[in-house]
Amino acid sequence: MHNPGRGHHDAVYVVKPKDAKNTLKRLWWYLSEHKIRLFLVFFLVAITSMLTLMGPYLIGKAIDNYIIPRDFNGLFRLLMLMAAIYILMSLSTWLQTRTMINVAQLTIRNMRKDAFDKLEILPINFFDTRSRGDIMSRLTNDIDLINNALSSSLTQIFSSIITLTGTVILMLWLSPLLTGVSMITVPIMLITTNIVTKHTRRYFSEQQRVLGILNGFAEENISGQKVVKAFVRENKEIERFEATNKELKNVGIKAQIYSGIMGPLMNVLNNIGFAIVALSGGWLAVQQVITVGTIAIFINYTRQFTRPLNELANQINTIQSAIASAERLFQIMDELPEPPDPPDAIELKSVKGDVEFRNVSFSYKPDEVVLKNINFHAYPGQTIALVGPTGAGKTSIISLLTRFYDPDSGDIFIDGYNIQKITRKSLRSSLGIVLQDTYLFSESVKENIRYGRLGATDEEVKAAARLANAEQFILSLPEGYDTILSEDGGDLSQGQRQLLAIARAILADPAILILDEATSSVDTRTEQHIQEAMLKLMEGRTSFVIAHRLSTIRKADMILVINDGEIIERGNHTQLLKEKGFYYNLYMSQFAHILHQVEVCKTY
Amino acid sequence: MKKLLSYLKPYWKPTLLAPILMLIEVICDLSQPTLLASIVDNGVAKSNLPYILNTGALMLGIALIGMAGGMGCSVASSIASQNFGASVRSAVFKKIQSLSPLNIDRFKTSSLVTRLTNDITQLQMVVLMSLRIMVRAPLLFIGGIIMAVSLNARLTLILTVSIPLLAAVIYYRMKKSMPLFSFMQQKLDRVNAVIRENLSGIRLVKAFVRADHEKKRFATANDELMHATLRAFNLIITMIPMVMLIMNFSIVAVLWFGGWDINRGNMEVGQIIAFVNYITQILFSLMMIGNILLFVSRASASAERVNEVLDTDIDIKNADNPDFTPLSSGEVTFEKVSFGYSGDKNQLVLKEISFHAPSGKTIAILGSTGSGKSTLVNLIPRFYDVTSGRVMVDKRDVRSIDLYTLRSGMGIVPQDTILFSGTIKDNIRWGKEDATDEEIIEAARVAQAHEFIMSLPEGYNTQLGQRGVNLSGGQKQRIAIARAIIKKPPILILDDSTSAVDVVTEQRIQKALKEFITGSTIFIIAQRISSVMDADKILVLNEGRIEAEGTHEELLKSSPIYQDIYNSQLGEGVMVDA
Repeated sequence: MHNPGRGHHDAVYVVKPKDAKNTLKRLWWYLSEHKIRLFLVFFLVAITSMLTLMGPYLIGKAIDNYIIPRDFNGLFRLLMLMAAIYILMSLSTWLQTRTMINVAQLTIRNMRKDAFDKLEILPINFFDTRSRGDIMSRLTNDIDLINNALSSSLTQIFSSIITLTGTVILMLWLSPLLTGVSMITVPIMLITTNIVTKHTRRYFSEQQRVLGILNGFAEENISGQKVVKAFVRENKEIERFEATNKELKNVGIKAQIYSGIMGPLMNVLNNIGFAIVALSGGWLAVQQVITVGTIAIFINYTRQFTRPLNELANQINTIQSAIASAERLFQIMDELPEPPDPPDAIELKSVKGDVEFRNVSFSYKPDEVVLKNINFHAYPGQTIALVGPTGAGKTSIISLLTRFYDPDSGDIFIDGYNIQKITRKSLRSSLGIVLQDTYLFSESVKENIRYGRLGATDEEVKAAARLANAEQFILSLPEGYDTILSEDGGDLSQGQRQLLAIARAILADPAILILDEATSSVDTRTEQHIQEAMLKLMEGRTSFVIAHRLSTIRKADMILVINDGEIIERGNHTQLLKEKGFYYNLYMSQFAHILHQVEVCKTY
Repeated sequence: MKKLLSYLKPYWKPTLLAPILMLIEVICDLSQPTLLASIVDNGVAKSNLPYILNTGALMLGIALIGMAGGMGCSVASSIASQNFGASVRSAVFKKIQSLSPLNIDRFKTSSLVTRLTNDITQLQMVVLMSLRIMVRAPLLFIGGIIMAVSLNARLTLILTVSIPLLAAVIYYRMKKSMPLFSFMQQKLDRVNAVIRENLSGIRLVKAFVRADHEKKRFATANDELMHATLRAFNLIITMIPMVMLIMNFSIVAVLWFGGWDINRGNMEVGQIIAFVNYITQILFSLMMIGNILLFVSRASASAERVNEVLDTDIDIKNADNPDFTPLSSGEVTFEKVSFGYSGDKNQLVLKEISFHAPSGKTIAILGSTGSGKSTLVNLIPRFYDVTSGRVMVDKRDVRSIDLYTLRSGMGIVPQDTILFSGTIKDNIRWGKEDATDEEIIEAARVAQAHEFIMSLPEGYNTQLGQRGVNLSGGQKQRIAIARAIIKKPPILILDDSTSAVDVVTEQRIQKALKEFITGSTIFIIAQRISSVMDADKILVLNEGRIEAEGTHEELLKSSPIYQDIYNSQLGEGVMVDA
């Protein structure tokens, strides 16, 4: 029983310029770990650029100095030199790309790791209110975009900057005047870039957001395929998918268009630049201020100047998509974690299992009070049963005890210590829980049980399985204990999954045992066997049992009857029957029917 | 990859338009240097200001046309590639909807999600890049070759060595890298799977204080992904430097042999300069092509994964002439049905099950954990197909009935309650799409859910799922029941659907159900005798076989297993009236 969430439309999320700067700073923070390697890349890019420039120069030299004068010995020497340079160039290109990719992958890995590690300390509330698929999308699809940018954009930017600087220097040396003229278009370029990138950033943000929603929808649909098929909802689901698919397509088109028009726009501005240079150069030449040759060379350099400028503009676009994705990733990393343990938090050790709830009230949402003024005291070794209609608040009590949530008011004590003053780790380590939703991982049966106590030996694992009455069916699986369970545990029945969960809790050997409807899907005979084992286990341990089967709770030391968030009756089975209240009615109605039949049968 | 290109066909207009518009931009681009040169040669050199102005204006005009071409190409290529991506996504999602549970199990959920989004995005990128760059590179390449040949055909022979060498380098690099990219995507699947498990099972992780353990698990998957990525990319990036080297060496060769040619008077100096220029141009275009091929390599791995889904043989599908007649009765018969998940006769979960459920009766199935109860009822809506024997519904073999028709005649409450995000009303409406509000409320009443729903601040409009309310297990089950019964199906399957519901409520549900649905065949799988006592027929399963069959009274008299269960449950129930 789980409640997978799908994405709903969040409020419109707009990336502001200041935010973009921050994001870049954070991205840079991840990269800066590899400063040395980045410097190496920069260095190699410089070399490659230099070597690339040398190429045409040497070719010219070969022709002028050796081919024309027919100096074949000299030509040979020069060609060998060129060959060496070309080899060097290829090596340098290869090394620079390889190093950059290395840096990019390491950076990405660290970002992914940090995001995941952050997930592990977020409060339960975060997971209950978000779509699984959307979170997955941020750690994969969004990171992919960042990866693209890091892998190629950085080297491009380096190389463009180097070529640009070199060319500008040459241009200034040739003719400061003409350089000034050709720079006229630069501010226009900057403004245009700014305008275009505003749009690309917005659309990339939107694209990734919709992709996250699509991911969420797909994940929920595929996880729940059985229900989809059972209710013949395939067509309806396809319809809904198409709606989001279309939305993704439309925003994707816009994003791609804007990122694609950068090139042509820059080109036009270039050509306008040429035109201006040619015109003014021509006019200046006519005025005899500069020579024709200078203009020719200058125009050449202008082209060399504008190509890297275009590249830079293009790369800024790629960086936009990286920023949009990084934003989404950092959103997760910026989430408030579970409040840390207070500095003077106590490590709970040798837990006796004394549990007390004092005036505890709780609600998931402000206007929906789930628990009202809960008071009870469980002494070490007692078995406490929680009974009551569904939705009455029983599972919530458990959630509070494990500090998945904290109460609105009131306190909870274990061994006399307020649980908010105990380290979460030691608190949860002292509890062994079998939850309503049996969760198993797609690992071997053995590993799943071992999850209860990671250092347990195989023997201990099998012993726990035996106690839980699980060994029989485990051995009947194709590879016994080593059988790998499928994702979502589809190949086991609910009852079998519960048995594994119980084995897991048994292995954990906790001081306080919590069984939340732990055997609801197990047949009654198997349950009996488990109970016998559990009784042994529960000896000396405080146990909380939530169940509907009165056979399960009959033997409890204290039964708390909870209705509408309040404890309306308490006592043991016999006492409660005497009271002839809620419990009595519950009990009687379960067996009234059977008892009638017993009477009927007795007459045979 | 080629198979998938068929998804591009409907969008042939923008697909063709993009390169054509790019062609316009390229032509305009290429003409600029010539115009520039003419400004210098004819205008400046001759101090012809009006010529300069005119040609300048012409340059500007052509530049604007070029820009229009370039922008147009951007628009057309975006439209084509995004539509392509959307079409493939559609196709894959549709295919997933028709996959059987067994098919889906084979792929694993997280892998399917990765393929649907990440892999298809790769393909989309490649289409986009190709459309944008596709014209420039080949144009420069072919143009370069033509000019080189027309200059000096013999010298061009050098290219007959370098180009095949180049092609070989590119081909082998790509071939070797494809499996590496495939492997990389698999590692991505794994990372996704670990993330997903942690998202679903976060309560478990926290309860057992396993955050560190999970972090390690993730770190392993993460590192493996990184290494796989590095391996793939490190291989493919050797391609460009090698291409560069081969072409540069070609230039060296040109200079050498060209030098001799000039010596022998077969070529002019100016020609060699031009020749080198063309070789450089060819080099440049080949690098561009090389770059695209890099992405194509990666995309090919993705294409394979996508095709794998699209080409899957669906094992549960309609027969050739499916019967579309809706179910008129809920009569179900099992004739010597055996079933094993792997189709292996040695690992049968159900063995020779035969029984008859007349229309309108309630059949209860009892049995120990893992005895095959859920599996049995899963065969009725054809979630799985029998290994041998046959399942008859409405006197017809289920395999002969159209799947949608078959399932439309059933209401199913599966063992683990799955609800989807949306309102409570939406969820109940899954059972009957055109249900009116009254019908929804009525179904909820029967399922004993109406009261608690009304106690929620937003009642039936309460959002479930993301930003949803935390419902208890029993509440979810009751909504699932309402969902299943709302269309009053001829066959109702309740698989342990009241396990989280207390006995009182369960009895109310059963009573209300009987009044609500008359004439439907109801299958109940349960653990409590109290749930099954009133059934018309009880089947006791043990290890895949029917051990006993009969009414409660009959079984009580004749079946030791049933007596056992009964006693175990009743035994403690006998009151010790103090």
